[in-house]
Amino acid sequence: MPVVKFTSNLKRFYPDLTPLEVSGETVAEALDQVEQNHHGLKDYIVDENGVLRKHVNIFIGNDMIKDRQKLADRLADTDEMYIMQALSGG
Amino acid sequence: MAQNILLLGTRKGLITYKKTPSGNWAYDDAQFVGIPVTIASYDEVTGTWWALLDHGHWGCKLHRSKDGKNWEELEAPKYPDGEEIKEGVPASTRLLWAFSNGGADRPGTLYIGTEPGGLFKSTDNGDSFELMRGLWDHPSRKDRWFGGGRDHPGIHSILVDPADSDHIFIAISCAGMFETTDGGQNWEVRSNGLRADFLPDPSSPYGQDPHLIDWCKANNKVMWQQNHCGIFRTEDAGGNWHDITDFNGPANFGFAIAAHETDPDVAWVVPGVSDVNRTAVDQSLCVCRTDDGGKTWQDFRTGLPQGTAFDITYRHALTLQGEELVFGTTTGNLYHSTNAGESWNTLNSNLPMVHSVEFANI
Repeated sequence: MPVVKFTSNLKRFYPDLTPLEVSGETVAEALDQVEQNHHGLKDYIVDENGVLRKHVNIFIGNDMIKDRQKLADRLADTDEMYIMQALSGG
Repeated sequence: MAQNILLLGTRKGLITYKKTPSGNWAYDDAQFVGIPVTIASYDEVTGTWWALLDHGHWGCKLHRSKDGKNWEELEAPKYPDGEEIKEGVPASTRLLWAFSNGGADRPGTLYIGTEPGGLFKSTDNGDSFELMRGLWDHPSRKDRWFGGGRDHPGIHSILVDPADSDHIFIAISCAGMFETTDGGQNWEVRSNGLRADFLPDPSSPYGQDPHLIDWCKANNKVMWQQNHCGIFRTEDAGGNWHDITDFNGPANFGFAIAAHETDPDVAWVVPGVSDVNRTAVDQSLCVCRTDDGGKTWQDFRTGLPQGTAFDITYRHALTLQGEELVFGTTTGNLYHSTNAGESWNTLNSNLPMVHSVEFANI
């Protein structure tokens, strides 16, 4: 199953965050599972329309996802999905 | 005995000062260190501390506390599915920019104003919020409101009438000041006499840019407005605004304004240089006060840096209790006056950028 890994910056708000196995086939489905495990965390990553927040990036392997609006990028069984804080301000 | 507290919302956390028994202000504590706090507030009706956060990365968050130390994150106001800022632009909460309780007779009622222009109401002390449809569905919103400095219109001022909690004023950059007398179902714009130099029709009722509104608590038909295009005052609750800008002095452009609590002729502003520069006037900080309803202005400089300062004061960063005033600046200075702004002492010159200041008795 795909594994979701998180930037350590999110541990400030969710101290018990560890890599999470998910069964979702898309980034959006994976995020829903993240939310089930860590209530409220999804809101740190996407806004109320499900759009990826401006300064957050999600990678599948080394590739940044293409669909920041609906998060429809597909996950394969062996994929690792990284939720990262984007560089901003230099 | 109540403790007199000063709450600061800053770019790097919520900072508190306490008044010592000798009457001086002493640095007390910092919460949310490193996180931008748009507004820090204390609701004396319910005894609740509030922190409105604007994480650069993780969105806007809302926290409450009973003691200022232990905080609980709540779900921040959210726009319902399908709502749009403009045609084709989905609405989402960009900034929590204004906060007020709903009146002393309604404990647990709260209002939060947001960018992109939605006003949210809670009746359960923040456990849930509802978008106030009356304002959001105002026929002027999609076509006549717009961002000023920020990407989208934002509500920065909320004034609830102490005599009637259904009577509320809000102000929006850029849209104008709006009034409801039925608890928010219907809203009327109150722009007569304002001037928007940046519009083809400067007297347009919509698209005005109030930076902040305040009122004389003891006579709240008298309202004051620091506007993008000057300073305005009304004696009939916004029915007619009068231009009281000092075109030959510093009391002109700025963001903050504070009305005297009991004297309807007295108010203070902290000027800056125009919308283009946004620096201290002549690299000098001053506070201007009118004692005659805006006919004349005096500028006070004692204790404030002259010729070496670049900071300005944001809209929520000037406050008062009686004739004791405090303001914080964009470069982290915090100034305090006990004589109605005529002289100032520095409480701190090493703070983060100051977004909001508020006195509270806890």
